Amino acid sequence: MKKFVIRRLLQSIVILFFVSFIIYGIMRCMPSSYVETQARILSTKPGAKTYQEWIDQLNKAYGLDVGVLQGYIKWASKAIVGDFGDSWYWNLPVTVKFSKVIWHSFALGFASFILEIIIAIPLGILSAKKQYSKTDYAVTVLALIGISIPSFFLATLLKYVFSIKLGWFDLFGVVGRMHEQLSAIGQFLDIAKHYVLPVITLTIISMGSLMRYTRTNMLEVLNADYIRTARAKGLAEKKVINYHAFRNTLIPIITLLGSSIPNLFAGAMVTETIFQIPGIGYTSYQSMIQGDIPFTMFYIVFLAFLTLLGTIIADILYAVVDPRVRIN
Amino acid sequence: MANIENKKNNNQDSNKANALDDEQRVLVLSPGMLVTKRFLRNHLALVGLIIIVFMFSFSFIGGVLSPYGEREVFRTYETALKDYAGASINKEYQFTDAKEKEFPALAKADMILAINKDSDSFTSGDVVYTLIKETERMYRIVQLKEVGSVMTVKGITSFNQTGDVLFTDSMKEAYANAVAADGQSFEVENVTYVITKSGKMDIISLAEEVSIATTMIFHTYTKDTSLTSEFKVEAQKAIAKNQTSFEADGLTYTLEIRDQSALFYLEGKEYASASEYSIKAIASDVFLSIDFKLALEQAIRSNKTKLAFTNELGEIEQYVIERNHTQYTVKREVSTQVNNTYESPSLKHWLGTDGNGMDVMTRLMYGGRISLLIGFVVVILEIVLGILIGGVSGYFGGWMDTFCMRMVDVFNCIPSMPLYIILGAIMDFMKINPSIRIYFLCVVLGILTWPKVARMVRGQILSLREQEFMIATEATGIRTSKRIFKHLIPNVIPQIVVMATMGLGDVILLEATLSFFGLGVKYPYASWGNIVNAVNDVYVMTNFWFIWIPAGLLILITVLGFNFIGDGLRDAFDPKMKR
Repeated sequence: MKKFVIRRLLQSIVILFFVSFIIYGIMRCMPSSYVETQARILSTKPGAKTYQEWIDQLNKAYGLDVGVLQGYIKWASKAIVGDFGDSWYWNLPVTVKFSKVIWHSFALGFASFILEIIIAIPLGILSAKKQYSKTDYAVTVLALIGISIPSFFLATLLKYVFSIKLGWFDLFGVVGRMHEQLSAIGQFLDIAKHYVLPVITLTIISMGSLMRYTRTNMLEVLNADYIRTARAKGLAEKKVINYHAFRNTLIPIITLLGSSIPNLFAGAMVTETIFQIPGIGYTSYQSMIQGDIPFTMFYIVFLAFLTLLGTIIADILYAVVDPRVRIN
Repeated sequence: MANIENKKNNNQDSNKANALDDEQRVLVLSPGMLVTKRFLRNHLALVGLIIIVFMFSFSFIGGVLSPYGEREVFRTYETALKDYAGASINKEYQFTDAKEKEFPALAKADMILAINKDSDSFTSGDVVYTLIKETERMYRIVQLKEVGSVMTVKGITSFNQTGDVLFTDSMKEAYANAVAADGQSFEVENVTYVITKSGKMDIISLAEEVSIATTMIFHTYTKDTSLTSEFKVEAQKAIAKNQTSFEADGLTYTLEIRDQSALFYLEGKEYASASEYSIKAIASDVFLSIDFKLALEQAIRSNKTKLAFTNELGEIEQYVIERNHTQYTVKREVSTQVNNTYESPSLKHWLGTDGNGMDVMTRLMYGGRISLLIGFVVVILEIVLGILIGGVSGYFGGWMDTFCMRMVDVFNCIPSMPLYIILGAIMDFMKINPSIRIYFLCVVLGILTWPKVARMVRGQILSLREQEFMIATEATGIRTSKRIFKHLIPNVIPQIVVMATMGLGDVILLEATLSFFGLGVKYPYASWGNIVNAVNDVYVMTNFWFIWIPAGLLILITVLGFNFIGDGLRDAFDPKMKR
């Protein structure tokens, strides 16, 4: 087990290097990058140096005067000790900006994660229990709608209904206009109110797949021999479902949920951007559009790291939850 | 494998139920039929099938049937009222000085005072001027030179000459007429004499004309005509005397007096007009014709607020007259051609028009084409790549497998959304042609989605490889490529079909999201995503639901359709899930 985990970790590090190198290469390909835009602005100021002089100076200052490979090595050698440099667009150290915005993303992700579990798992089990009934169809259709609806359309619809037609929530942002004047509790409630629509969006979009996953796994368990045995020995259906079936269904579900915990920090780029929630998703969207290499690199490496972490957690959880795996 | 088991069960069942007739046998024996039957029994899958068939006919046939083109811009005329001219009754005196005379500005002010005081004469500087009132709006300003005095005692009039002018009989007669008519002046042989009372005597003086003050405004028929002062003087005299013709500058003009204005003709042609109204065009380059001015005066006098005027070209122009105290503003209805934007749904445009004046319904059809085509191209690309890499890696194992799987890991770890955004931004910077951009988009999406398929194919092949039929193929000495693609891959087809169907939905969703952010399909090409993009303008989102809601619903329904079918196919291929 220990050996397995160590091997996976080493593999992950190699993968991280490849991923970051590919992204670095692509970012450097941007023909009109942040630096060129800045140089253009600076050179139009009265009494300024020429565009070429500025661009040379800025390229040097931002470490872009070297080739892609050297530039990458330079970046990686610093990143490896946790120094991701300063964000160009935000004028802050990347990690400082990150720690400022990550909690918005985490709060959104966490709230929708909890809601998703509360709604999706019982519904999934219900639809498996009554396979091919009307309830099953309703849940299936609901789940597939959740999977199929484009997040930007759902977010816009919610905004249209609740912000414009009913006027319950603000269209954009995370704080209201009177935020500064409110008490501490008021400020908290104000932010919470602004979270409502994004959280609903995220929940609806993500609960579909969990619902389907629960249903499929529950059906698999219900078809197993030990359930037949349990029924054969005359156990009450309630007990069969709640003790024998449900516990075994939990194995894959917990693994899935466990592996998606890192994703709580990943941020929801589309939803955050539409609601202009200053989380990691919206922040990095702006950084990417502006060609801010340090922040984008950090974000992408961070996401890749979360993905790898998720798979490792999944593997470990399998072993923890299911004793059968441990023996092998 | 599951199919075979199921077949067996079915066989047994039918044996029990009824004899094996031929019809039953076909139904029972063909696995393909079994899958189809199971698929069609699934209501959701059927609904999905209907949705997708509808979407295809909507996009591909609808686009042909639609009377409009994808990029056809509809234009419309919009009438706007624009200030055209101003009119007011002129109260300011316009002075026309006589030949070689000058009427100073100070005297003008004194004259107005005198008119207000109702006096006949005024002094300005050292000069004494006399006012002769010709009409309500016209005064002649003259300087007097005494020629004689008249005494009338008991009906006998005696003339006493003091100047160098002789009293002729005609003068005396004119004087008598003037006195009888209680007039102030009389005219003999084009010379004006003024009668002033001085005690019991009447003093007759020769009036030497200095200027004419009038509130009448002269307009000319053509732009280049400029009126001489003599014309103005003579014209006003003629108006005052109600003559039908007069002479000025050696030319004979005829005139016609209408209401408060007069028209002058030279040799039978319209030459100029005089009126109490001052009418000026607001734009300096507009020349107002006299016909228009006369029509406008008529309308103002009869207190109308609207004027329909037929111009030289025979077109009827509509004007609106607005009154503000004594000022009248004339507004002209100007129609300008504009894009017919955000028109509400109507029979002509079933879903209205968008911000560029294009028919939303037609855009949706063409957008459907692009979305569906991108979906298919990308899915085919990802399946081909996935089968190739997954098949090779699963069959050969060893370093090949390790290499392919690490590649899959790397691709799997690259966060797709940020990468699309960066690539989209790069394409933006490079200003790639929108049509080429669509191909790029397909390739990028295909390259980033194949690892899923490859992983699945490899997993399946790893387990299939160990089965007896593969040992049999090896024993019969079939070529490796044939073994992989003829014997292994077909066994993975069910999973691939399910994955491809679901993948179609995912790709359409992804493409829509990218286009929504302006990074996918770009204007002028339509895609469902970039149609919804209009909501970035909150005004459009609030007021024009018909632009973005149908597009969003189409995305939802199409993806839902593919998911229904994929779900139905999975159940049909894998009946184990049935209880």
